[in-house]
Amino acid sequence: MNTLILKTTSRFLFTLLLLLSVFLLLRGHNEPGGGFIGALVAVGAYALFALAHGLTAARKLLPLPPLRLVGWGLLVALLSALVAFFLNKPLMTGVWFSLLGVKVGTPVIFDIGVYLTVFGALLSAIFGLEETADRTPEEAP
Amino acid sequence: MILAVTSAFLGALLAPLVYRWLGQLAGWGLALLPLGLTVYFASLLPTVVAGETVRHSAAWVPTLSVNFSFYLDGLSLLFALLITGIGTFIVIYTGGYLKGHPDLGRFYMTILLFMASMLGLVLADNIVTLFVMWELTSLTSYLLIGFNHTEFRSRRAATQALFVTAGGGLALLAGLVLLAGMGGSWEISELLAKGEVLRAHPWYLGALVLVLVGAFTKSAQFPFHFWLPNAMEAPTPVSAYLHSATMVKAGVYLLARLQPALGGTEVWSSTLMAFGLATLLTGATLTFRHTDLKRLLAYSTVAALGALVFAIGLVPLTSYYGAVGFATFLLAHSLYKGGLFMAAGAVDHEAGTRDINQLSGLFRVMPITGVAVGLSALSLAGLPPVLGFIGKEVLYLAALQAAPAWIIGLAVLGFAVGATLALILTVPFFRGQPPTGVHEGPPSLWLGPVVLAGLGLLVGLFPGLYNPLADAVASAVKGAPTSYHLKLWPGFNPALLLSLLTVAVGVGLYFVYPRLQAWMAQDPLPGPENAYVALLRGLLRLAARLEQTLQSGSLRAYLVWVFAGLSGLVGLALWRGGPFRWPGETSALSPAQLVLVALMLLGGLLVLRLRSHLAMVVVAGIVGAGVALLFLLQNAPDLSITQFLVETLTAILIALVLLQIRNIGEVPRGRWLDKLVALLFGGLVTVLMLGMLSEPIELHLTQFFAEKSLPEGFGRNIVNVILVDFRGLDTFGEITVVGLAGLGVYALLKRLRREEKP
Repeated sequence: MNTLILKTTSRFLFTLLLLLSVFLLLRGHNEPGGGFIGALVAVGAYALFALAHGLTAARKLLPLPPLRLVGWGLLVALLSALVAFFLNKPLMTGVWFSLLGVKVGTPVIFDIGVYLTVFGALLSAIFGLEETADRTPEEAP
Repeated sequence: MILAVTSAFLGALLAPLVYRWLGQLAGWGLALLPLGLTVYFASLLPTVVAGETVRHSAAWVPTLSVNFSFYLDGLSLLFALLITGIGTFIVIYTGGYLKGHPDLGRFYMTILLFMASMLGLVLADNIVTLFVMWELTSLTSYLLIGFNHTEFRSRRAATQALFVTAGGGLALLAGLVLLAGMGGSWEISELLAKGEVLRAHPWYLGALVLVLVGAFTKSAQFPFHFWLPNAMEAPTPVSAYLHSATMVKAGVYLLARLQPALGGTEVWSSTLMAFGLATLLTGATLTFRHTDLKRLLAYSTVAALGALVFAIGLVPLTSYYGAVGFATFLLAHSLYKGGLFMAAGAVDHEAGTRDINQLSGLFRVMPITGVAVGLSALSLAGLPPVLGFIGKEVLYLAALQAAPAWIIGLAVLGFAVGATLALILTVPFFRGQPPTGVHEGPPSLWLGPVVLAGLGLLVGLFPGLYNPLADAVASAVKGAPTSYHLKLWPGFNPALLLSLLTVAVGVGLYFVYPRLQAWMAQDPLPGPENAYVALLRGLLRLAARLEQTLQSGSLRAYLVWVFAGLSGLVGLALWRGGPFRWPGETSALSPAQLVLVALMLLGGLLVLRLRSHLAMVVVAGIVGAGVALLFLLQNAPDLSITQFLVETLTAILIALVLLQIRNIGEVPRGRWLDKLVALLFGGLVTVLMLGMLSEPIELHLTQFFAEKSLPEGFGRNIVNVILVDFRGLDTFGEITVVGLAGLGVYALLKRLRREEKP
């Protein structure tokens, strides 16, 4: 898509949406939000950016390929579940501790895992579809 | 002991890193792990020989009586020593055999994982732990057999091994669960003490059959023996390891382990002896079809496994010969088979062929390997002064004590083929001209065979070295204190005569081998493998049939079927649920809600009139957005946000998919069936919701979560606390599904792109 307005605004929107998604992720435990919602917002941000600037540019803004993020997400979630196990508590018991004055708990880390997995899986689907769509633009309806 | 098993698993996971650091030397470096474990288990020898057992336990899922409990007695100690000891040489050997292979790091990891699972299997006391380890060995061996995954034959052999052993694993699971139910305990050590109860239980026969299927598939007993020779597609270190110390012995181990609990009945002994003997003879007969070193050894393994199962069947029928014979023959076979496989690989590696007809004069160029092969072959033939001789002698004594003459005759025939094979293997080393350019391999290739063969000789000359452990093993298998004085020279007795007869028959068979081989190798023999192939083919054909009928390829047709079917089910449930009741009191709609509902209705109607697919998606979004706003008005911000986001992303996704479809054109007019189904489904769901409102709402869980969320989950957002804490395991399952779906979409699209390319 080649519109100046979209190209310009999408840059700002992208940053704002990403911030919003992290905000939603971290506040999720006490206020409306959470990993799943946060990930959806982040996917929206990337989808918008890809629409305005093309797929390659959007991919460059990712730290890892989407499917790798899925793997990391699952690993993070699994590890957060294992913490309690190694402390001799039943698997997935919430363990809370204070890090530099901030209250951190394994459920929050688990939520980060959810965030990464959902983000990676959805983005992989959207990028994949867009990639195939890009090949045959003239034949599209 | 728990630490020993855990460290094996951890070490396996670190193996690729070690390979990256050490490169060529990784084999020697990684061998320190099994070596250390061997030393650890050896240090437990005095305790176990003194008749004590060691048991460690850690809670895993205590509510289901699932524990990480490990139990060490003579039987598990012998297996643990074999697994770690032979594992040490296998890892060293791998470094030489697969030198420079691009996937060597992965190989180290898998083979160490296999070792760790096997170790866990023989040490496990808890039934669930045992089963998990059992399946892990099936999985890792699948990866190992299919290591050369670009070859079709490797892949086929790997899936075949997996199907057969994992299929047997399912039967085993059922059998073990039955046993636990019958004995009222999930710990094997406790079940062993309840043999009387188990054998008198009405489920005994069922449980026995299921356990036997599991053990027989794993230990390649007739008629499941065919996967083992096919698994020779694996790299040689795998064959040497799987077929000497481990995997295939897992079934034998399980039978020996459960012998005190399940053995002692007529059906136990006769079944084991029958299948053992059948396997011994099958393996022996099929040996004659081959000239490939690895295949020859594989069939002799099948035969040896049959002999071991036969011996376990003899245990309850004999005073102590059966148990001691089992203990001795097991060790002898592990030592000589491991050594012979590694030596065969070394010959293949250096001379470039494994066909015995093309090998000659090897002793002059590979003297060290030659000595190892010679000693191991003596053991295989059952000749003095090596351990194989003693093992076979005691087995004959057991058979003489309990088996009828015709069975002994057949067993002699089966063992005679061992002597024949020993000749077949050693003759290429001494006869004919040595090939040019062939030389001894590096130490990593001959160390294993030499040490294993040397051990066989040492224990053969001084059987007193092994005697205490053999007694401990025999006591564990017998289920009662057992001791027997192992001797190299037992004096003239009937067993010695049988041995002489065995060797004579074996030598005789050697002279007919070339002609027999040419005759038998002519055309493929029908066997149980044909049944396996037919079963797989039938399954695929059935799947193809079903697919043709059900998967027409039209998404619209699928949707009609799904929703029509769902409507039918919902309708049925409503109809059977009794007369419909309207909800008693409902609050009136507020003006804002009224406006939203009107908008949604309008959106819905508009969708029906549109002709462009893309416009339809967008307009359908109105309905979704309306629902989201309704949630917001009802003070459910979480749901509302989620609904909005899902709505948006769905629109994007559908739009992208629509872009994929070329020449999609316009939505056709008419399609009254579609509209009817949609109306029906929507109507039914409405009725269902109204019906639900007439029931009193159950607030039990809501109250529970509302009360516990802050004090126990430390979060004020109940929805989120439920998702990540209270029901975290469900969420974990769900994100795994999401991740897999992502992978699936990726794979499908990739395939689509590849098909478009040409």
